[in-house]
Amino acid sequence: MTGQKSGTETSARAGTSRDGASRTRAHSLRNLATQWEMLLVYLLVAVFLVNSFISPYFLNAPNLLDSTFNFMEKAIMALPMMLVIICGDIDISVASNLALTSVFMGMASAAGAHTPVLILVGLVVGSALGWFNGMLITRFAIPSIAVTIGTLSLYRGIASVILGDGAYTVYPRSFAYFGQGYIPGTHVPFELVLFAVLAAGTGFLLHKTSFGRRVYAIGNNQTTTRFSGVNVDRYRLIAFTLNGLAAGIASILLTSRVGSTRPNIATGWELDVITTVVLGGVAITGGRGKIWGVALGVFLLGFLQFGMGLVNIPGQVMNIADGFILIIAIMAPELIRRGRAKASLSARRAAKAP
Amino acid sequence: MEEPLLRLNGISKRFPGIRALDNVSLSVHSGEVHALIGENGAGKSTLVKILSGVLPPSEGEIYLEGRRVAFRSPHESQLVGISAIHQEATMFPELSVTENIFMGHHLTKRGFIGWGSMEKRTRELLASLDIGIDPRSKVKTLSFAERQMVEIAKALSINTKIVIMDEPTSALTLREVEHLYKIVRQLVADGKAVIFISHKFEEIYEIADSYTVLRDGAWVGEGQVKTSTVDQIVRLMVGRSLDQMYEKTEVAPGPVALKVDHLTRNGVFKDISFELRQGEILGFFGLVGAGRSEVMRVLFGIDRADGGEISIGGTKVAIRNPAEAMRQGIALVPEDRQLQGAILAMNIRENMTLPIISNLAKHRILRREAENEIAERYGSMLQVKSAGWEAPVNSLSGGNQQKVVIAKWLATNPRVLVLDEPTKGIDVGTKATVHKFISELAARKIAVILVSSELPEILGMSDSVIVMHEGRITARISRAEASPEKVMLAATAATAGHGGERSPL
Repeated sequence: MTGQKSGTETSARAGTSRDGASRTRAHSLRNLATQWEMLLVYLLVAVFLVNSFISPYFLNAPNLLDSTFNFMEKAIMALPMMLVIICGDIDISVASNLALTSVFMGMASAAGAHTPVLILVGLVVGSALGWFNGMLITRFAIPSIAVTIGTLSLYRGIASVILGDGAYTVYPRSFAYFGQGYIPGTHVPFELVLFAVLAAGTGFLLHKTSFGRRVYAIGNNQTTTRFSGVNVDRYRLIAFTLNGLAAGIASILLTSRVGSTRPNIATGWELDVITTVVLGGVAITGGRGKIWGVALGVFLLGFLQFGMGLVNIPGQVMNIADGFILIIAIMAPELIRRGRAKASLSARRAAKAP
Repeated sequence: MEEPLLRLNGISKRFPGIRALDNVSLSVHSGEVHALIGENGAGKSTLVKILSGVLPPSEGEIYLEGRRVAFRSPHESQLVGISAIHQEATMFPELSVTENIFMGHHLTKRGFIGWGSMEKRTRELLASLDIGIDPRSKVKTLSFAERQMVEIAKALSINTKIVIMDEPTSALTLREVEHLYKIVRQLVADGKAVIFISHKFEEIYEIADSYTVLRDGAWVGEGQVKTSTVDQIVRLMVGRSLDQMYEKTEVAPGPVALKVDHLTRNGVFKDISFELRQGEILGFFGLVGAGRSEVMRVLFGIDRADGGEISIGGTKVAIRNPAEAMRQGIALVPEDRQLQGAILAMNIRENMTLPIISNLAKHRILRREAENEIAERYGSMLQVKSAGWEAPVNSLSGGNQQKVVIAKWLATNPRVLVLDEPTKGIDVGTKATVHKFISELAARKIAVILVSSELPEILGMSDSVIVMHEGRITARISRAEASPEKVMLAATAATAGHGGERSPL
C-alpha cells in the first residue's frame, strides 16, 4: 500500500482501486476456468501432433483406442479423487488400496471363486478401505494428508505381507474381459466405455445435483457450510468411500488386464491420479474444478505418457515429467492470477495518470 | 500548554466500503494515564494499530514530542518509543523470559549474544516492577498476568516513552489488577505516558487522569477524569438520540415461540433461561467474551449443551445439529460474516440457496429456475446492490455481503431468527436498512434474538434486553426501563472488584 506517503488524495485512490481490483479478480476467476480448459485442448492437440510425428501409426483409430488401455484405470480413479480434492481433502492411499484389493481378489480366486464373486470382492474391499480412511479423518478430525500417508504404507504393507515374494497368477478366463475386452462388434475397449459412463455420472453428480453443490460449498468454506445445516463430515466420508470404490474398480480392471497380482502393482499411481485432477483445473485447495477439465486432463496426461513411451523414455524420467507437470499445474493458475492483478493495477494507474 | 508527548491530528482510516476512523485527534502528556474509551467497534483497536505501526493511517499526522513521525512497521513505532501491550500477549511460549524480552534486540558482546548481561538486565527490569519471575523460566509456564508483565518489561527494555494497554485487566484477578495499577503508576511517575483502553468505569476512575471518547470511529469528546461524571462519559460513549436512529414498529407480541430453561454448557455459560414471543425482539448485550454467541451456537445445534432444556412452540426439542435447528424453524445469522456466514468465492444465488438447496431440488437434481426465484425474491427484499445474482459474494461491499447472509436465512422461512452482531463492520446507511428490516420481520410475527455489542442498537431495537456477563445473565430489563447506564453497568458491574457494591437491577 502506498496510502501513507502523501495525504488525502493518494489514499482515497488506493481505497477505490482496491475495491475495483477485488471485483476484477472475481470476474477473471471465472474466465480463468474456461481459459484453462481451452489451454488443455491446445496442449492435447499439440501432444497428438507430436505423437503422430513420432509414430505414423498413432492416429490410426484402433491404435489410438488401444493406447487408452494404458491410463483408463488411473482415469477412473481420478473421478472421485476430484470430489475428494474439491472437498478440500486429499487421498494419497489410492494406489495402495488398489494393490490390497487386488490381493484380496487373488486370494478369492485361489480359493476357487468365480468372476462375479471376484468383482464383488473388488468393489467391497476397495470401498471398505476408502471408508476406513474417511472414518479416521472425520471421526477423529485428523487431516486427510496425515491419515492417507499412514494408510498408503499400511495397505501396501498388508498386501506385501500376504503375498510374501509370491504372486497370484490364476484368474478365471472370463475375468480377463474387464481389463482386456472390447465392446462386442467394435474396437472400443470396455475400460474406455466404463470411464465415459462414470465420468458422465461424476459430472452429473457434481454439476447438476444438490450433493455436488454442497461438495463445492464444503471445499470453499467448511464452517459456513456447517452453519448452513450441511453434515459436512458425512459428505467427506461419502467422498472417501467413493474414492475407495473407484480404487476397487481400477483394481478389477488392472488385475484383469495384467492377469496377475504382484506386491508392486500400481506403485506410485497416486501421483498420476492427483496430477490428472490438478492438471484438469481442480484447485488443490478445494472448492473449484469442472468435470470437462479433468476429462481433458486424463487424455492429456495419458497421451503424453504414451508418447514418451513411444520414444522409449524410461519410467524414472516419466516420473520427473509427472512431478514437473504437477507443480506447473498447481502454480500456473496462481501465477496467471497474480500477473493479471498486476496488469490490471498498472492499467488503472496508467488511466489515472494525467 | 506545553507540547504534548504524543499528539494525533485528524487521523482517518478507511477500509474498502467502511470508514473505521474519521478525523480523530488525541493528545497525551508525559506522566499521565490517558484512557481511550468507546464501545466495541468505536475504532479503539484501529487507533491502537495505527499507533503501533500495524496499519498506516489514510489521513492525518502523528507528532511525538512535537516532531512528525510515520511508521511503516511495528518495529519503527517501537524505535521511536511507542509500545503496545496486546490483549492476547504475542510471545514465544517455548522461550525464556529473557529471550522474549530481548527478542529482536539481543545484546551482543563482540558479535556473540551476551546472555549474562541480558539476564542481569532482565533481573533488574523485573525487580523494578516488583515482579517475582525467574528470567530463565519458559514463558509457557507463566500465568496470563505474568506474561502481560513480561510484555511491559519488554517495553521498558527498549526505553519506551508511551505504553499502550489494550483492555489489560480483562483476564486478571483482583490482586493481579492491583499489581498492574501499581506498575502503571510507577511508569507515569518515571515520566512515561500510558494509553489505557477500557470500558470499565471503575478502572478509568481508579487509574486514569484524562480521557478521550470515540464513537463510530469519530472523536466525540475528551476531558479530565476528576471533573467528569460517569453519566457524562456514558452519554458521550452511546451518544445520539436513539429514537431518530431506529425505526421500530410497535408489535403486540404473540404466544411464546422459544423457551430456554437453565441452559448450561460447562465452562462457557450457565443457567441461561428466557422466553421469546412471536413478534418480539429480544436483545442480548454483553462485553466480548460474555458468552452470548456461545448460547446462540448451542441454540442452533453447533455446540452441545451440558444441561437445560429448549422448547419451541411449547414442545421440548433436542437440537443436535444445525439441520435439526433449521427443521425446528431456527435460523442463525452468525457473528463472523466471512468465516461463518457467507462463502465468498461462490455467487449470491448459490449462497442464498445453500441451506434450502435440497428443498429446491427435485429428486436431488438442481432446478435453476427455483434458485433464481429465491435469489430474486430475497435479494430484492433486502435491496442487495450487486451486478446480478450471479456475482460472487466477494465482489460485494461488507454491508451487501451481510444482506446476502440475512437473505439466505430468511429464505429458510424461520420462526425464530437469531442475529449475532448483524451490523458489525458495515456502513451507517446499510445499518439503517438492516435495522428497518429487522423491525419489519418482527412485525411479521417472527421471533427475533438480536445479539449486539453496540449499546444504541440494543436499546433502539429490543423489546427487552438480557445482559450477560461471564457466562451468566446479570440483568433483564424491559424496553421502558432500559437506559444506557443501566445496561452498561450490568454488563461490567460484576467485574468492579472494588467494594463489591452493585447497582440494584
